[in-house]
Amino acid sequence: MTPIQKIFGVITSLLILAAIIYLVKKGKLREEFSWLWLLTGFMLLVLVLWYDLLLLLTKLIGAVLPTTTLFIFGIVFIILLSLHFAVKISSLTDKLKNLAQEISILKAQKKDNPHNGG
Amino acid sequence: MNKRCIIIPALNEEKSIGPLVRRIKSYADDEIVVIDDGSHDRTAQNAEEAGAQIIRHPFNMGYGVALQTGYKCAAKEGCDYILQMDGDGQHNPAFIQDFFQTMESEECDVIIGSRFLGDNNYKAGVLKSAGIMLFRFITRIVTGAKITDPTSGYQCLSRKVFTVFTTDSFPDDYPDANIIVMLHRLGFKIKEITVTMSENSEGRSMHKGILTVLYYFFKMFLSIFISLLRGRSFYFSEARKK
Repeated sequence: MTPIQKIFGVITSLLILAAIIYLVKKGKLREEFSWLWLLTGFMLLVLVLWYDLLLLLTKLIGAVLPTTTLFIFGIVFIILLSLHFAVKISSLTDKLKNLAQEISILKAQKKDNPHNGG
Repeated sequence: MNKRCIIIPALNEEKSIGPLVRRIKSYADDEIVVIDDGSHDRTAQNAEEAGAQIIRHPFNMGYGVALQTGYKCAAKEGCDYILQMDGDGQHNPAFIQDFFQTMESEECDVIIGSRFLGDNNYKAGVLKSAGIMLFRFITRIVTGAKITDPTSGYQCLSRKVFTVFTTDSFPDDYPDANIIVMLHRLGFKIKEITVTMSENSEGRSMHKGILTVLYYFFKMFLSIFISLLRGRSFYFSEARKK
């Protein structure tokens, strides 16, 4: 890895980490969702700084070029992230459904007994 | 005396819902609850004018969710049995008392109104008939029970059953043969009685278009497979969480 490539990699990783921390700090990204992003940013930084680890991983997975390893891990990360979001969306869909049903039933009850409670 | 109620999920059924509610009232004096699943027409108003209690979903959520809202309402109101029927008038209300009487005399958990028992002359399209036969076969293989009409939505359920159905494991879209498998896994006693049904007078169906039909088959197979993977404890622990 040339020094320019290394500098570019480090700056990119640090920018990603800074953006995640900024979004969490501003409350635009929930802490529970941030761990996967932080992990990715951190892993990217480690791989850029510790080039031998990247070479070792490349050898372990049978890839020819270290860049291939980075791409493969990038794709795996995106798949994991999509799965993570699909699980969260499923949970949110159930919560939304239950909430809408509860509101519908309460509205019907309120209409039948307008003086009963809230 | 057991408390009973009749639940009707309805979506854009302004023409049929009023006459249906009035017909039901001539056969039963039980509470009728119409769940309006986000209709854009006068379904809710017409049902209310006919004397039904209305629960309106704020937006369309699917046939299964509308049924489940009815189960939740029945559970809250302490009903012992519920009868569910479609809002398009396909299900003949003349059989309502047959459902309740069979439920009380035979102590079943689920009673399914079958179009194919006895000397019924129900005529369905080729594709629909093939689908019903396929799911009848699968239900037989998977459960060992002989259910002639596994896709019938005309059903009477005991409190035990509809309480389990208030959990998130109840399907949002198509509760059909997959539910029979689920009920069988849970050890509930299922019985069929003869009913008559008519085809939807406006030719409307939940299964219109090749993609919808393909999705229905995919969803049904997946749902049956998942029901088989889940043990009894899964459903009962879900119900206990409620």
